[in-house]
Amino acid sequence: MNAYLHLWLIPLLPFAGFLINGILGGRLPKWLVTTVALLAPLAAFGVVLNASLGVFGFVPAASSLPYIETCPLPWINAGLLHVNFSFVLDQLSLVMLLVVTGVGFLIHVYSVGYMGDDKGYARYFSYLNLFLFFMTVLVLAGNALVMFIGWEGVGLASYLLIGFWFEKKSAADAGKKAFIVNRIGDFGFLIGMFLLVANFGTLTFTEIATKLGQDPGWSGGVVTVIALCLMLGAAGKSAQLPLYIWLPDAMEGPTPVSALIHAATMVTAGVYMVARTHVLFDHSPFALSVVAIIGAATAIFAATIALVQNDIKRVLAYSTISQLGYMFLGCGVAAYSAAIFHLMTHAFFKALLFMAAGSVIHAIGGEQDLRKMGGLRKKLPVTFWTMTAAVLAIAGFFPFAGFFSKDAILYAAFLQGTNGKILWFVGVLTALLTSFYMFRLWYMTFLGESRSPDVHPHESPWSMRGPLVILALLSVGGGWIGMERFAGFLAPSVGVLPTEAGNPRLEIILSLVAVLVALEGWLIADKLYRRKPARPAQWAAALPGGYKLLANKYFVDELYGAVVVKPLLGFSKFVLEWVVDFAILGGAAWLLGGIATFTGAILQRWQSGNLRSYAAWLAAGAAAVLLFLLVPWATVLDNLSAIHLGMAGH
Amino acid sequence: MHLILFLVFAGFCLGGAINLLIQSHPINSALSLIVVMVSLAVLYLLLGAEFLAAAQVIVYAGAIMVLFTFVVMLLNAGREARTLGSRAARSIGFPAVVAILVVIATVILHAQGLGVARLSDGITSTEELSTVLFTKLLLPFEVTSVLILIAILGAVALARHDDTDPRANEERTGK
Amino acid sequence: MSSFLSQEVPLSWYLLLSAALFSLGVVGFLIKRNLITVFMSIELMLNGVNLSFVTFAHQWHAVKGQIFVFFVMMVAAAEAAVGLAIIIAVFRARATLAVDRIDLMKL
Repeated sequence: MNAYLHLWLIPLLPFAGFLINGILGGRLPKWLVTTVALLAPLAAFGVVLNASLGVFGFVPAASSLPYIETCPLPWINAGLLHVNFSFVLDQLSLVMLLVVTGVGFLIHVYSVGYMGDDKGYARYFSYLNLFLFFMTVLVLAGNALVMFIGWEGVGLASYLLIGFWFEKKSAADAGKKAFIVNRIGDFGFLIGMFLLVANFGTLTFTEIATKLGQDPGWSGGVVTVIALCLMLGAAGKSAQLPLYIWLPDAMEGPTPVSALIHAATMVTAGVYMVARTHVLFDHSPFALSVVAIIGAATAIFAATIALVQNDIKRVLAYSTISQLGYMFLGCGVAAYSAAIFHLMTHAFFKALLFMAAGSVIHAIGGEQDLRKMGGLRKKLPVTFWTMTAAVLAIAGFFPFAGFFSKDAILYAAFLQGTNGKILWFVGVLTALLTSFYMFRLWYMTFLGESRSPDVHPHESPWSMRGPLVILALLSVGGGWIGMERFAGFLAPSVGVLPTEAGNPRLEIILSLVAVLVALEGWLIADKLYRRKPARPAQWAAALPGGYKLLANKYFVDELYGAVVVKPLLGFSKFVLEWVVDFAILGGAAWLLGGIATFTGAILQRWQSGNLRSYAAWLAAGAAAVLLFLLVPWATVLDNLSAIHLGMAGH
Repeated sequence: MHLILFLVFAGFCLGGAINLLIQSHPINSALSLIVVMVSLAVLYLLLGAEFLAAAQVIVYAGAIMVLFTFVVMLLNAGREARTLGSRAARSIGFPAVVAILVVIATVILHAQGLGVARLSDGITSTEELSTVLFTKLLLPFEVTSVLILIAILGAVALARHDDTDPRANEERTGK
Repeated sequence: MSSFLSQEVPLSWYLLLSAALFSLGVVGFLIKRNLITVFMSIELMLNGVNLSFVTFAHQWHAVKGQIFVFFVMMVAAAEAAVGLAIIIAVFRARATLAVDRIDLMKL
């Protein structure tokens, strides 16, 4: 393998950026910090582009995919387990890398403007670069253990960035919540890895695929268990039921962080992982159906909550959870290419949505409540038009990006038999809700009259507007590559789309249904939020219980708090306070002290000052010495044992 | 003759030693000790150590015991008062002493090669003793004299009146 | 009778006497309550040892044994002098000669 692609540079450059800005950032001038911070992802993107040139045929490729780079120094050689640091570039990781580094770079540029006045500027960029490092490691990983490094690392970077304004208690709490919930998912990932080692003896993806392919006996049973464990990990990282609770709270972080980590890249790591280990899922229909059900359920669940949220970022957060549900639905019907396609388009429009929202928030001085916005269309034109493009894309209108990817998933779901049709229906319902709440957001933010007249909004600097425009263009045209070509490109790494049972006419009918549904959502939103703005309040008053349930996110956080958190806290408090602190530590201290005091009390009586007792001990000592020296112990003991034996004999 | 002399003076030794233990007034104990020492001097003579017998009487009985007597008189030590004993002394000390005595006695009685006391060839002349003392063992002799010098100095330093001691002053001025 | 009287004294008897004197000295050290009497018991111990030295010197015609006794006597003299001076100093501080009452290093 010639190392001409230098994959190792892709993670290394952001890591260097992290080190420089992290260690020296406080002392460097701001322009230098910015340059270093932007250069790292740009250079990484450059390396990825260079690799993609060969793949897409622009330059003659010297070697074909998958292209593997292994570090010559061995990592783990323990008995039968051999794990190395290896990076793999195949079609899947190439697509993912382009998204990660490309969108990542754009968000870095955006952050220059958004975080320009923040006093933690250098720290922010060092964390952002650190995240990019771990994410690229995750994507490039050739075996599950290297991927796990990236997995944990992005969790760490997420914690650091969510709690970036750590003086705010809610931000610090949100960071902790994200990390802890992630950890629960990671437990599943670990168990999955252990089972992989136990059953396959290896963690390298290609070797696992080969072993699964060779032996047709692998199906169901242990493969299902492994797949489900991995799914647990993915659910934690990608905020699916029941581990989604951290994502809405993660909105405490700066908006570019939400755009990068909680829209475009980190949360998609779960989807990527499932696609990467798709051979396992392919051999377990049960696991696949579990994935699909979780995906569909999460999609509609989150969409219902998003209907009544009033914080602009919360709406987008629940929207992200919902769209991730779509991606898992795609994986669950073995349409991995469709899921990755949706991942890519979602990265474009969701990052755009978050950044536009950030632009709005920045413009009106930090306000995030939708009820206080309005009438920003004329004041923030660039933001308005780019956000419109994103809203149309996420709603699934033709010919925007979201249409192609969402349709591919729904089509593949429909073809899956009766269960598939139910899932398709849920997906369509979710699409309706998605369209509705996105347009609701759009109307409340930009149209109508301003609900807070004393704010004077100003458009964002070009460092923020530029990426918005670029992403808007991608949201519009990102889907034009078409599902067939995309799936064909990805087929060597994730398998073919399961669409043999369908026909093009069915596809067109289903697409039409989706567009109509999206249109319906828009019309409802239009009616409620433009033409009759008093209606929403009336509807909310008509169904107070339902409204309260949705507004409070189905009380899931409270439920978890009561069922899981409180008992655990109580138990650990009991153990730590009583068992460890009082009994063990206190007991040990008491014991040691007691021994010392006790021995001291005994020995103290020796030092009585009484001359006669000293004399007595002297005499005793002398007697002992004399006895020891003058008595022929050997003969005495012999005689004693002879006597003893003699007596025993009788 | 030898036997009678030995028995008589050994009896005096033991009797004096036991009397030392029994008596309650220290002056009586001191006088008993003098008896022991003089008897020991005779026993030395029986073993042929003429010089040592003389030295025993002069130094031990004549100087050291006199010193003891002086101190008893000086401090006006009375009869011993009953005080709390020491449990350790009773419970550990006595068995230890008994053990020592038994062990040593056993060793002595089982020892081979111990002869009898023969006066005929056992008398050591003073000339013989002094020859060895002043030639081969000259260094220890000189060191011992230094030791005695130090002892004198020490005794003087310890025993003299401390002028800053209020009780001592009271003793001098009060009485 | 004369045969009895002309018997010779075995040296072991001298040694036994020496051991007895030594033990009596130790006993005196343990049971006496007057400081001076305790000191006298020590002198008794020394004398017992001296006797055994002289006995062995007699057996082997070793003059050095007797010289050792001589040295022991000298050291005993020095020790007696210093010891009695200490006893006087202690008496001045404590006004008592009871061994059991003198149990603190601090005067």
